[in-house]
Amino acid sequence: MPKLTVDGIEVEVAPGSTVLQAIEAAGKEVPRFCYHERLSIAGNCRMCLVEIRPGPPKPAASCAMPAGDNMEVLTASPMTQKARKGVMEFLLINHPLDCPICDQGGECDLQDQALFYGADTSRFEENKRAVPDKDMGPLIKTTMTRCIHCTRCIRFAEEVAGVPTIGAIGRSEHLEITTLEHAVASELSGNVIDLCPVGALTSKPYAFNARPWELRKTEGIDVFDALGANIRIDSRGPEVLRILPRLNEEVNEEWLGDKSRFAHDGLRRQRLDRPYVRRKGRLHSASWGEAFAAIRSRLEGRSGLDIGAIVGDQADAEAMMALKDLMKALGAPNLDCRQDGTAAIPSQRASYLFNSTVQGIEEADVLLLIGSNPRWESPVLNARIRKRWLAGGMQIGMIGERHDLGYRYDHLGEGGQTLRGVAAGRNRFCAALKSASRPMLILGTGPLSRPDGAAVLAATQRIAELNGLIREDWNGFNVLNRAASRVGGLDLGFVPGEGGTDTAGMLSGAVDTLFLLGADEMDLSGLGDAFVIYQGHHGDAGAARADVILPGAAYTEKSGTWVNLEGRVQRSERATFPPGEAREDWAILRALSDVLEKPLAYDSLSALRARLGRTNPVFDTRDDVAPAQWHRTAPTGRIDDTPFASPISNYYMTDPISRASETMAVCTETFLAAEARNG
Amino acid sequence: MSGGAETAESFAFTADHLKTAKAVVARYPEGRQQSAVMPLLDLAQRQLGWTSPAVIEYVADFLGLPAIRVWEVASFYTMYYRERVGQYRLHVCTTTPCWLRGSDEVVRVCKEKTGLEFGETDEKGLFTLLEVECLGACVNAPILQVNDDYYEDLDAARTASLLDALAEGRPPAAGTLRERLNSAPEGGKTTLLEADARC
Repeated sequence: MPKLTVDGIEVEVAPGSTVLQAIEAAGKEVPRFCYHERLSIAGNCRMCLVEIRPGPPKPAASCAMPAGDNMEVLTASPMTQKARKGVMEFLLINHPLDCPICDQGGECDLQDQALFYGADTSRFEENKRAVPDKDMGPLIKTTMTRCIHCTRCIRFAEEVAGVPTIGAIGRSEHLEITTLEHAVASELSGNVIDLCPVGALTSKPYAFNARPWELRKTEGIDVFDALGANIRIDSRGPEVLRILPRLNEEVNEEWLGDKSRFAHDGLRRQRLDRPYVRRKGRLHSASWGEAFAAIRSRLEGRSGLDIGAIVGDQADAEAMMALKDLMKALGAPNLDCRQDGTAAIPSQRASYLFNSTVQGIEEADVLLLIGSNPRWESPVLNARIRKRWLAGGMQIGMIGERHDLGYRYDHLGEGGQTLRGVAAGRNRFCAALKSASRPMLILGTGPLSRPDGAAVLAATQRIAELNGLIREDWNGFNVLNRAASRVGGLDLGFVPGEGGTDTAGMLSGAVDTLFLLGADEMDLSGLGDAFVIYQGHHGDAGAARADVILPGAAYTEKSGTWVNLEGRVQRSERATFPPGEAREDWAILRALSDVLEKPLAYDSLSALRARLGRTNPVFDTRDDVAPAQWHRTAPTGRIDDTPFASPISNYYMTDPISRASETMAVCTETFLAAEARNG
Repeated sequence: MSGGAETAESFAFTADHLKTAKAVVARYPEGRQQSAVMPLLDLAQRQLGWTSPAVIEYVADFLGLPAIRVWEVASFYTMYYRERVGQYRLHVCTTTPCWLRGSDEVVRVCKEKTGLEFGETDEKGLFTLLEVECLGACVNAPILQVNDDYYEDLDAARTASLLDALAEGRPPAAGTLRERLNSAPEGGKTTLLEADARC
């Protein structure tokens, strides 16, 4: 443990730490551009120069200098200050003075550090160099003249995203960062915008939209996949202008997938902003009273057994609780929170959770992927697997479709046959699982939503049990859910009650009145002439089929609770109001319950949350994961031989919001359609 | 993206070069084959004459490297030509020692005789004129490097006759163009005359 002093403050840091880390441990600040905690050390911006004694009589780059015993580091000495001023003067030689028209203005590292550490004038009188802009695709806007060559984007693409397509060509004065005119084909590409310390890489959809000080910043939770990435929603007036990741080491570190970051323009299009009622085959706009009356006249005297409810992938726990209570009051046992029919054992929490936790991936040494494409099902989680793989010593096996995941894996087989082999201990990978110290498997929802999903689940649980994945202090069984609402829905029991039927049953005519809460990703053609009530925020498949439409709130427009795939209960705050007549979902259901004369027992969000806590104590926790109890399983049913298929055919469009998003449409064209055309 | 993108031609090593390339790659330890990128680019450039985008893609494929990593290398080193070049590449050194010994004259004659500015290639594809930094042969400054050969001790007249000879397709022997051996005095040794006798 090296012990050193920073400006007279004695600190002790872990062996292998750098001087920069020691300075931070001492609570001092070091300006930097190229250094980033999550990327390799480059040491090329020179902004972190400090004076170190004993040593050569010149400043040293603290980010790349190992902390040594008895070092004396001076962060405010004349030598350090002079060095910073000099470096800043050099950096500004070729940096344009276009802050007034630069999107980074107001949140720019260069601007801030020039103010605090730079000189007030420049001695450079020659012409600045100009660099042609590069095409990095539909999400990243480039103004390469502003680039200071910190190489963070290059290192991010190579190390975190696993798509080494950004590079620096040329040398010295002629050095240019480029992708050779290719779009950055990664689901994490938007993160280079956050990483860029200057205005060289900025957000294309957000270009010239707002200044950071105009924006209201709201802490939210992402709902485009089940990871529950922590986000910051930046809004101005009624509009969400951008979405940025928030730091949460246990969930998303500081990364965010492109869909989560850029699909918010879909919140402005195709919105349901008033109730509608279908008369003579056509939807007519109506008042809330008319819409509720239409529902009431339909439900009057109808047996609960004929009524069903399905919730979609982005529903918040509060709305699901209210809908469940309303259905119970109506005597309807037909509930399901699984549009895709994913098999799960609702009474056994461990059967549908990502039990190892996301952070647990970093401890694992053997990983078996079953029927999952984590790169599309949760790109940030996939980055965590890649991070673990890069650290070395991780063996990965895969059953299912081959995909470029950013790490090497042993492809064991295509589907059911291979899974049966592993379950019976006849596969070469079993030995690896057995001998591992922290083995884990990840089961995708693709195989689980097949007719033989229950058998797949049981076989996978057996694999976990027989190969030592379930231990006192470790649970290596993981389901990679895709829907943000899924774990919450299962936790509060939004599943068929006694005598009730599930999604498949409801969709094939078991009920004649169906309530859809934001459920759009289903084949509704088997409903016949059933009466459909759609509550949601977008005019998508569900609304098109509906007889009554109740306009609800999207995830940025309500205070809601989501439970992520690990079982972590997280709360999102309201950033903007729902458009027009639309209301928060639980409030709509509460009002409807009055009209139906089955009033729900809560009048406020806090009372509803107390109800959630009584339903399942897990809702009384926040931002935390508790291990779920494991139940032994017996194999049931036969697994089909057909290959496991990925449930997602287009990462950029999976839900009503992203399907309405122009940015996501352009991404689909750029990254998928063009690729498909070119073969 | 800077120049060279105008061709879409494909590239592949000849059988001989393929053999050489494999031998080069085999020099590096297992897992470090990408270190062969520079010799392979050189080999490919000797075959094609320049480092075209197709060459870069081919070498990247050959070594299992992302193409951008090979672009970085090929664009960093000035000895990889990123555009078509002539039969004779005239690299004139203009760094201080050569400049003190009259490289301005060498440059002037090169420009006059070929009609080229630095970085240009003539229409017949005979000459490419390039300005380079120190070639490390200051002792016989000024230096003009033609392809792989150094011509040393130049002045205006010697440069002119060198260029004439090249244009006629009979390049003189490389080395100094004065009447001397390497850096020895003209007309033979003037010191250490007994040294040979003693050893």
